[in-house]
Amino acid sequence: MSKINGAEILIRCLQEEGVKHIFGYPGGSVIPLSDKLFNYKSPEFHLTRHEQGAIHAADGYARVTGEVGVCIATSGPGATNLVTGIATANMDSIPIVAITGQVKSTLIGNDAFQEADMVGITRPITKHNYLVKDVKELAKVIKEAFHIARSGRPGPVLIDLPVDVQLHETEYEYPKSVDIKGYKPTYKGHVGQIKRALKAIEKAKKPIIYAGGGVILSEASKELTVFARKSNIPVTTTLMGLGSFPEDDSLSLGMLGMHGTAYANHAVQSSDLIIAIGSRFDDRVTGRLDDFAPSAVVVHIDIDPASVSKNIQVDIPIIGDAKLILKELNKAVKKGKFPEWHKTIKNWKKELPLTYKDDNKLRPQYVVEQICALTKELDPIICTEVGQNQMWAAQHFTYTKPRTWISSGGLGTMGYGFPAAIGAQIGKPDALVFDIAGDGSIQMNIQELATAVTEKLPVKIVILNNGYLGMVRQWQELFYDKRYAWTVLADDMKCKCPDFVKLAESYGAKGIRIRKKADVSKAIKAAIKETGPVIMDFIIEREENVFPMVPAGKPINQMLHGLS
Amino acid sequence: MAKFIVAALVENKFGVLARVSGLFSARGYNIDSLAVGETESSNVSRMTIVVDADEKIFEQIKKQLNKLIDVISVHDLTASKCVDRELILIKVKAEKIEIREKIVQIVDSTGAEIVDIGKKTVTVEETGDEHKIKALVELLRPYGILEIIRTGKIAIQSG
Repeated sequence: MSKINGAEILIRCLQEEGVKHIFGYPGGSVIPLSDKLFNYKSPEFHLTRHEQGAIHAADGYARVTGEVGVCIATSGPGATNLVTGIATANMDSIPIVAITGQVKSTLIGNDAFQEADMVGITRPITKHNYLVKDVKELAKVIKEAFHIARSGRPGPVLIDLPVDVQLHETEYEYPKSVDIKGYKPTYKGHVGQIKRALKAIEKAKKPIIYAGGGVILSEASKELTVFARKSNIPVTTTLMGLGSFPEDDSLSLGMLGMHGTAYANHAVQSSDLIIAIGSRFDDRVTGRLDDFAPSAVVVHIDIDPASVSKNIQVDIPIIGDAKLILKELNKAVKKGKFPEWHKTIKNWKKELPLTYKDDNKLRPQYVVEQICALTKELDPIICTEVGQNQMWAAQHFTYTKPRTWISSGGLGTMGYGFPAAIGAQIGKPDALVFDIAGDGSIQMNIQELATAVTEKLPVKIVILNNGYLGMVRQWQELFYDKRYAWTVLADDMKCKCPDFVKLAESYGAKGIRIRKKADVSKAIKAAIKETGPVIMDFIIEREENVFPMVPAGKPINQMLHGLS
Repeated sequence: MAKFIVAALVENKFGVLARVSGLFSARGYNIDSLAVGETESSNVSRMTIVVDADEKIFEQIKKQLNKLIDVISVHDLTASKCVDRELILIKVKAEKIEIREKIVQIVDSTGAEIVDIGKKTVTVEETGDEHKIKALVELLRPYGILEIIRTGKIAIQSG
């Protein structure tokens, strides 16, 4: 067998894993790798303008396609620039393989130029990580890395690859199978536990399904929909679960939690049975833990045993894959009615709808609603940044399909949305991709406009521009006596700093500024027709807030509504 | 809060101890002691960890340990019958002959051993369970303990 070098082995392994796209940035410690990759059409390398852009793009790519996202960065600063993106993917269980160059294996530990201990730095924010010191180990490590990233509860895996190992030669054979003694995820749900869950459903009078991102990760949306409709149980989803259940279904209660709908939060609090599926009782969902759903029996379906009874004591845990377990439940679940319960919920929906002051002013909720209305037949993908923009996008768009809502839920990473939208557009070249942003967060990875322009990616950036770091400003308004400590980005909306239209143009992208409500739909329609990236700079009502809102430390049925 | 003992069989690779200790520090769990060594198979190590926790946190500790890829299996030794041992070295102040004699008496009656004698000190070694070690420490304390070194507990399931 002829020998090939580590760089070549890596590329062949990526091909074996079906990797078509790599996002990355060159540097001294990955030159041998870039040089080999230069010979290949596939995987295709996408040059971002910052390593953080590369990892978020790989993440967005993974979220829309369901495949493992791959990114490459050089050692030291290149690698440390990935850290936020790795933590983002880790919190949201997104499968990523991040490959970082490392200094020569003989120099490791010497404080060499551009050396950083990436295995040490990323240990708590990866599902697993590797430092490959021997080229003979490389193929096995890559095989394991992809297996770990995509199986069980998915997550990011980092491979740190010293530059000399990229050049060392060995015989190459891709391992056919993986056997990791300490890693055997459970997929099939326990039959006895499933029976107990079914019995609990039969007994329940006020049941609710609380679905999270795990439903999307396990491709279980169809099964969830069948389950909910058959059992006639209403469904609320987490931020990460948006799109796992069609929000236009009468059983949908939309999102729950801190900025969830009032009816979802009241329903959860009053329920006598919660069926949690692929969700983890995050503090943004539960509010004050002691008061969370006081009379509910809790069934928890999750692939990660450590998620069970971490925050909320679970009565009936079912460990395994959501899709397989829902299939089992669907075989046996009886047709439910719950007439009283549905009547109560209907009343809440009528009395406490999700709403905002829809006057003549240009309000962000209206912009999101218009995007939704104008793209009904176009199956758009909505990416978001973090903060008010994210919450308005979550609340006022009707999500009906999985993998159409792409947002940093767990870590709440500002600057995530735009590079994620680039990855999403590369993963789904024909899809209509939006990034709903704020004027603060868009500036955190604005350099990726160059990537979008050079790769001709028609991503639509919607800036809900209020000249503030709006979500923090909202907290300051409500809880800190309106002391806007460093949340004012622009003193008034005449000052354009930056001028996003000119900024777009300087990169060779299209820029549109919208100041009036009447111009919103025209601008969106024009943007949809553009074949390259567009920035829509919506100058919105400055001090608009996100409501409802559960103040930190309160039970989730004690919401501020803002409108009365 | 109570003491719990957990044994984790782990891959005998570099970095595994850092993964385990990092898990404890990142999640704010308290380690009372941690002893690690190779097992009967050279590619597997065993960590015996004594933690100070409540029931709920201990459950999480076991689950989080299990979640680490390099952890092969996790065994709760708190509830099960197990034999546990710890080794302790105690350096005691002992200048006068009569004090040395008394220390020798204590050592003889407890089954401990004197492993070093200096001009002004005597070092005592003891292996045993927690009670035995605690009892010895209390017997020696009046003479003036200068230094204590403990290995941390190791435990094996009985039967």
